[in-house]
Amino acid sequence: MLPDTDILLNLYRRMVRIRVFEEKVQELHRLGKLPGFVHVYVGEEAVAVGACSMLRDTDHITSTHRGHGHCIAKGADVAPMMAELFGRADGYCRGKGGSMHIIDTSLGILGANGIVGGGIPMATGSGLADAVLGRDGVTVCFFGDGAANQGVLLESLNLAAIWQLPVVYLCESNQYMEFTPTTDLTAGRIYRRGEPFGVASMEVDGNDVLEVRRVVGEAVDRARRGEGPTLIEAITYRFSGHSEGESAFVSAYRTEEEVESWKARDPVTCFRDLLQTEAGITAAELDSIDAEEQEAIRKAVEFAEASPHPSPDEALDHVFAPAGG
Amino acid sequence: MVRAYFMQAMNQGLRAAMEEDETVIVMGEDVDRGVFGVTRGLIDTFGANRIRKTPISEAAFVGAAVGAAAAGLKPFAHVMFSSFFYVAMDQVANQAARLRYMSGGQVELPIVYFAGTGPSGSAAAQHSENPHSILMHTAGLKVVMPSTPHDAKGLMITAVRDPNPVVYLADLRLSRRRESIPREPYEIPLGVADVKREGEDVTVVALASLVHTAVDVADRLEADGISVEVVDPRSLVPLDWDTIVASVRKTGRLVVADPARRLCGLAAEIITGVSERAWDSLRSQPQRVTWPDIPVPFSPVLEERLDVSAGDVEEAIRATLGDRVAAGSA
Repeated sequence: MLPDTDILLNLYRRMVRIRVFEEKVQELHRLGKLPGFVHVYVGEEAVAVGACSMLRDTDHITSTHRGHGHCIAKGADVAPMMAELFGRADGYCRGKGGSMHIIDTSLGILGANGIVGGGIPMATGSGLADAVLGRDGVTVCFFGDGAANQGVLLESLNLAAIWQLPVVYLCESNQYMEFTPTTDLTAGRIYRRGEPFGVASMEVDGNDVLEVRRVVGEAVDRARRGEGPTLIEAITYRFSGHSEGESAFVSAYRTEEEVESWKARDPVTCFRDLLQTEAGITAAELDSIDAEEQEAIRKAVEFAEASPHPSPDEALDHVFAPAGG
Repeated sequence: MVRAYFMQAMNQGLRAAMEEDETVIVMGEDVDRGVFGVTRGLIDTFGANRIRKTPISEAAFVGAAVGAAAAGLKPFAHVMFSSFFYVAMDQVANQAARLRYMSGGQVELPIVYFAGTGPSGSAAAQHSENPHSILMHTAGLKVVMPSTPHDAKGLMITAVRDPNPVVYLADLRLSRRRESIPREPYEIPLGVADVKREGEDVTVVALASLVHTAVDVADRLEADGISVEVVDPRSLVPLDWDTIVASVRKTGRLVVADPARRLCGLAAEIITGVSERAWDSLRSQPQRVTWPDIPVPFSPVLEERLDVSAGDVEEAIRATLGDRVAAGSA
């Protein structure tokens, strides 16, 4: 049975928001308007949106270098996000973090992370805080298939298992670790790495937002009930490269056919089709959501470009929190 | 007042900090039994929910402290030997020391990373580090390294209350040091050095166990008419330049005794910092006594060769007095 219409439309809206945001980011990067590295989430929207749709504002997530989608799915405001990508004073991190470090603690976003696998122990600690303080919070730890070979994943699965922490380890297998197919350098199946620890382990179609929502929802419920962690591997695909502008320094490493075959299973358009065929939602309704999100992103860029650069001396701030404050 | 060994004093401080704030937790290997004694007995008072034994997974629990702090706890993470910071260095340097800055000041990370540190008698190259200079260089970590039970207790309470990651290094050579300290909780502010011995002719800035070496040498040199002031920084980040510089302005001579390697070390930093701030008051070339730039060896004979000895400190003090000897005033 399908979720209620308002839930369906909200899922769609969030996925479109990510897609439009990321395509705008790609355009801005091509135009040379964004400093630094940019890693976009196009093609993986269903994972973040499906997972975060099962979370409360007080729940936590940790994210990755490809983190824009996670932040938007958890409720981040696209205007300060965009300003952060521009390195401006009105950015989430006042220009100190950029694309790879967007944080909004008020929404439980403990940070995108520039170190592959770097957020995994943090998510474990966030789960520990819930457990120690007796809260029924849950932490979703997003990481990629490239991070699955970092030792901290296995260390964290062990910790979460022995302490029965309310953490959902959600691997987004987008098939590539930077510029190399994951299967070339990864033994066995990633989701099965939870099994020896007694951690509930499963895979899910990461391009199907409703399936992600269902599977993550079950894991979140288990975690809230105190039944411990889950490892989920969401099978999906990165439509774009590892990093925007990568063709300048890396030769082609995947075929057109492969990319096109995954685009035929585009999570946004597939869900749009489903909403029309199975939920009786009209194209006009969906078009108006598309238009609203386009407008929101247009405004976000306007906000970002109008935002001042931080004062250079702000570079010296925020190293330490004032004691006794 | 109560008599307390070095680690007992830290234990008292940690206990007091846990009693006043139930979000303070302890995590680390064998923290129920309390390697070195700093966490000993806490499990009987605070229970297994707050005293968390971890597996030997430094990267995971050092990193978990970051997430736990961001989500409302004040973790005291017992890294055991300071050499093991290197096992968890991504989480220390890229995460704990960076998250607040990268977030534009959104996050507070009240964490204490505790470790026993320094050579403790043939523990060899992977259990004898003094990594304070590396950690000082990281930006985003406070670093303390006390020399007495009194300072150890007060700095522990301050470190736990501080809203930032504080690396607390306990020199293992000081384990048998014992003195009377206040029974009640008290703070020693971070960034305030202590003049452990007053003198007029030479300032010795000494760290941790070398504070006592320096004081002993100073007492001995008194008979030769040499008056040595010993300054213990106690806290390395932040570092109390005011006290150090005021002492050098008074004495005009500087020796830094640092139980660590020479290259890019604390001694180099203090001599440079004093030269920048008080060049005009220096009456002779500053001296530093440090380890050679080698790993810590195993054999007692070799380990002794690495150590900064009382003789090294005395020689350095006398070297700074060369000008006075030449002037015939010594």
